[in-house]
Amino acid sequence: MKFLRDTWLVFNRYIGIFLRNPAWVIIGLIQPILYLVLFAPLLKGIASTRGFPPGGAYNVFVPGLLIQLGLFGASGVGFGLIAELRAGVIERFRVTPVSRFALLMGRALRDILVLVVQSLILLLLSIPFGLHATFTGVVVMLGLVALIGLGMSSICYAAALALRSEDSYAPLIFTLSLPLLLLSGVLLPLDFAPDWLKTIAAANPLSYAVKAARDMFNGHSGDPDVVKGLVIMVALCVVGVAIGARSFNRAVA
Amino acid sequence: MIETHDLRRNFKSRKSVVEAVAGVDLKVEKGEIFGFLGPNGAGKTTTLRMLSTLLPPTSGEATVAGADLLKEPGKVRERIGYVSQAGSSFPDVSGRTELVLQGRLYGMNAHDAKARAQELLDSLDLADAGDRQTKTYSGGQKRRLDIGIGLMHKPALLFLDEPTTGLDPQSRAHMWDEVRALRDTGTTVFLTTHYLEEADALCDRLAIIDHGKIVAEGTPDALKRQVAGDVITLGVNGAHEQALQLLQGQPFVREATEEDGSVRLYVDHGEVAMPAILRLLDGAGIVIAALSLARPSLDDVFLRQTGRSLREAA
Repeated sequence: MKFLRDTWLVFNRYIGIFLRNPAWVIIGLIQPILYLVLFAPLLKGIASTRGFPPGGAYNVFVPGLLIQLGLFGASGVGFGLIAELRAGVIERFRVTPVSRFALLMGRALRDILVLVVQSLILLLLSIPFGLHATFTGVVVMLGLVALIGLGMSSICYAAALALRSEDSYAPLIFTLSLPLLLLSGVLLPLDFAPDWLKTIAAANPLSYAVKAARDMFNGHSGDPDVVKGLVIMVALCVVGVAIGARSFNRAVA
Repeated sequence: MIETHDLRRNFKSRKSVVEAVAGVDLKVEKGEIFGFLGPNGAGKTTTLRMLSTLLPPTSGEATVAGADLLKEPGKVRERIGYVSQAGSSFPDVSGRTELVLQGRLYGMNAHDAKARAQELLDSLDLADAGDRQTKTYSGGQKRRLDIGIGLMHKPALLFLDEPTTGLDPQSRAHMWDEVRALRDTGTTVFLTTHYLEEADALCDRLAIIDHGKIVAEGTPDALKRQVAGDVITLGVNGAHEQALQLLQGQPFVREATEEDGSVRLYVDHGEVAMPAILRLLDGAGIVIAALSLARPSLDDVFLRQTGRSLREAA
């Protein structure tokens, strides 16, 4: 009960801070929109190539693009936390009886909400380009984005608490998120990959999310890959939240 | 209100272990302003962070506001307020928003939190600034807001870490008044400072800390009395060794030391000793370039206990 109340209070604070500058919803969408407009058309030409998954360029690319949005959106959340650490706000919260776990969850729920709103906007924008979406496809897609958002943002908060400065946080996050992106098959399907690359990509949890998302958008909602992707994302999420909760709980933060 | 026993905290840095706090025994009574005076790096903030549950002690015990620090940190948190040196408000939100949230984190309902926030904005002279983003605040306003945030839930004990560092003299005087007003309403205040004047003027009792250990404790007056008598400082244009030799043997001189080329004498009654000193030095042909008489300051206490001046150490 106290946890829920505290989470609600923390969530409201960060929604409030976010809404002071709602332009960030759009700023966070600029990159995926650029991919949608300037990159996805390239795929149209090769969508008929042997090995390209069925469903057409946009139904293959957009689900991956949303996973990418989740990954990159979550990786930026640490900057806000570092700003608050510097302002002494986190220390101030830690002297209050507020639930430590609520400090993480309230923030992460705000991050999820922002990601879901961004995902919906991106999906809407994709329709004129030729995306065919189904209701269940969108629901499962948003679920995947939310799970990635919760798991990854928790991990990123833990990294921010440990590093405490943008100068070390930024290179770490950008260095780690690029291989995660490349090895997920977002840009080009991994079906094109040589075997050794496929083997490495199999170790990347996001590649399963991308596969599940594509199946959902291409009429294979019953495919075991969908369940597999969801289960792996739930696992990622649990591990991420555990890591994040641990660092919010630790004495020196 | 606070009682500690052999409180210690070590920090590991690479291969060595630094004893930031090396066995602190403290007793702070209810309703007093207790000061923790020491140079930067003496262990003041580390002690404060331990007492406010932010940092677990390496060893030792403490009771804070009636609760065991190690066994019941949750109870300690409910009863204390903590105002950090680093500030506590987010630049993009208003002071009122921060106050209300703080109250709610302590379990207040929205109505009570809003009422209490207004009360504090009024009493801390922030009524006009309350709805502005805190990044627009002056240094003094920001510090008063920090104190308001620490007071939102009416704690019995308030920790203030260097409350006046970086403030201009006027804001500092204002802050002292605020702290005294708090004591008058029954709040116990535990503050750290490296300003001698602040410790002297503001604190009912204080402890002087150096290298993680308490070197003296008592009321400012009692501490100064320990030094015994008045302090006479003589500038003698390089003839300090000669002057020292001459004066050390005199019965009215309790102690004579040399510092930065000046001679420093501790005497019982400065006004009586001064003419005698003048005669003696004059007779020996030593020219007096400067002469001052001072009541002992807390710096003299610090100097006496540690062999260094706090002004230099800080």
